[in-house]
Amino acid sequence: MSGRRRVLSGGWLSAYAFLYIVFLYLPVIFLPIFSVNVAATPKFPLTGFTLQWYQDLPRTPALLDAAWNSLVVGVSASVLATVLGILAARSITRYRYPGRRAISGLIMAPLVLPEVIVAISMLLVMLQLGLSLSLFTVVLGHVLVCIPYSMTVLTSGFEGFDRSLEEASADLGESAFGTFRRVTLPMVAPAIISSLLVCFTISLDEFIIAFFLTGTEATLPIYIWGQLRFASKLPGVLALGTLLLVASFLLMTVAEILRRRAARRTQNEGGLYA
Amino acid sequence: MSVTAEGLPPLRMTRARRNALLQSEPVQGFALISPTFLYALILLVLPILVVIAHSFWTQHYLTIDRTFTLENYRVALTEPIYRDLLWRSLYISLTVSFFTVVLAYPIAYFISFHGGRHKSLWLFLITIPFWTSYLLRVMSWKVILGYNGVLNSGLMGLGIIDEPSTALLYNSSAVIITLTHAWAAFAILPIFVSLEKVDRTLVEAATDLGDGPLGSFLRVTLPLSAPGVISAALIVMIPTVGDYVTPKLVGGKDGVMIANAIQAQFGKASNWPLGAALSVTTMLIVSLMAGATVLIIRALQRLAR
Repeated sequence: MSGRRRVLSGGWLSAYAFLYIVFLYLPVIFLPIFSVNVAATPKFPLTGFTLQWYQDLPRTPALLDAAWNSLVVGVSASVLATVLGILAARSITRYRYPGRRAISGLIMAPLVLPEVIVAISMLLVMLQLGLSLSLFTVVLGHVLVCIPYSMTVLTSGFEGFDRSLEEASADLGESAFGTFRRVTLPMVAPAIISSLLVCFTISLDEFIIAFFLTGTEATLPIYIWGQLRFASKLPGVLALGTLLLVASFLLMTVAEILRRRAARRTQNEGGLYA
Repeated sequence: MSVTAEGLPPLRMTRARRNALLQSEPVQGFALISPTFLYALILLVLPILVVIAHSFWTQHYLTIDRTFTLENYRVALTEPIYRDLLWRSLYISLTVSFFTVVLAYPIAYFISFHGGRHKSLWLFLITIPFWTSYLLRVMSWKVILGYNGVLNSGLMGLGIIDEPSTALLYNSSAVIITLTHAWAAFAILPIFVSLEKVDRTLVEAATDLGDGPLGSFLRVTLPLSAPGVISAALIVMIPTVGDYVTPKLVGGKDGVMIANAIQAQFGKASNWPLGAALSVTTMLIVSLMAGATVLIIRALQRLAR
């Protein structure tokens, strides 16, 4: 009786879950659909299939510059954020000390603050310090917003990590650095790569902070923002947007697979030796 | 024999070293986290303090007058334009967080209670659109709701309307729809986590004691998942109040929010102190609203029990 009732409510819920997934994905799917449409305005009925908008992309120098800038910013921000994330996640999962929660709360704060306020506060300080706005200031901003994600991914990779393995390595005569390099690092490598990919994706897609903190150099989202003013440029923006969507999707899928592998690895090893 | 004899002293030494190491655990832990902590202090706490300081100063063209004044706050709280923008931003963020939480709860419940072996796959499916560019997601709503957009042309093609409706885009409803979509995944995760913590035997006990499925849900599961609901509401409410992109792209004149005014003060209008005061006011008011939300949800939780 109760079993049937549970299945019944599960049935309604699965229908709802299906609709919800449609609601989540449908708007995003219009970008690829209209990016291969012949007509320049995105409306139904579709007028025919074309790859023209994609072929035009590499012929736009401003876009290539923006893509290069995004790559430079993304790589720098993800490396810096991951290094800072490793230190923080390791400290949080390995040591117990007073103020630990408060400090990690502060590091996670950019996640829940309005981005505009984070951006203008940094802008004010950078202008006061006499830093000229450039891709460097964008990297500084992106690192701040990437650290919380990096720390989350890495903490889940570091948690359940068996301390006795490191102690064994130390007992067998490895130095602290040697233990880290030969025992800890191989175990958490998937989590680190996952963090790099997540941070790169965030930096690649981030708009507000880049918008406020950049000088004259545009990243891809800023380039798109500039193009949105011209209705005739929309198909090109849709094509570029589709490529960005695909890139984010692939990067995040790989990152998720690695993160899970990292979590499983540390837990399994813990289970084996416990 | 000789091997053990040689091996002993270093072993004792490492053990002694390890003990010393363990004693200084707080020091080590703090030293390890300090670079990241310093980074957050310098690029987050210091900037926010600078903004607070600016909000009490005045600007004359390009120079900042550092005498203390509350004038900026008077303007921020009493000028009709800023008051209206503040109210609208609060209204929009409250509505958005209400809808995201209400829409997200059944999904989180479904994944937690009926997800079976596929829990993590479901979570992944739901979070993936969230990782795509926010700007692009807002842009796709512009494509959908526009005058010549998907919805209008679709409805006309189906013969439901004769001419494109202008009511869809460039108003606060468009902002609310877009933000609700954009923050959906963010609300699901905390609710899911708190539902996972609900002790299933309590639900069974309620059923055994004669509660129907709805009764046991309302009296056991829902109150126990209140912490997740609270964090979901806050995690949506606080950032959306300061959203800049959505009102700019789909809000039109009637959907402008406070972030657009703040940006204007740092851009064209070039009145940093006023922009700073608007930022601080927004943060304070949204914190109050967040606090009130927590109290209300806690009160409801107690009532349900």
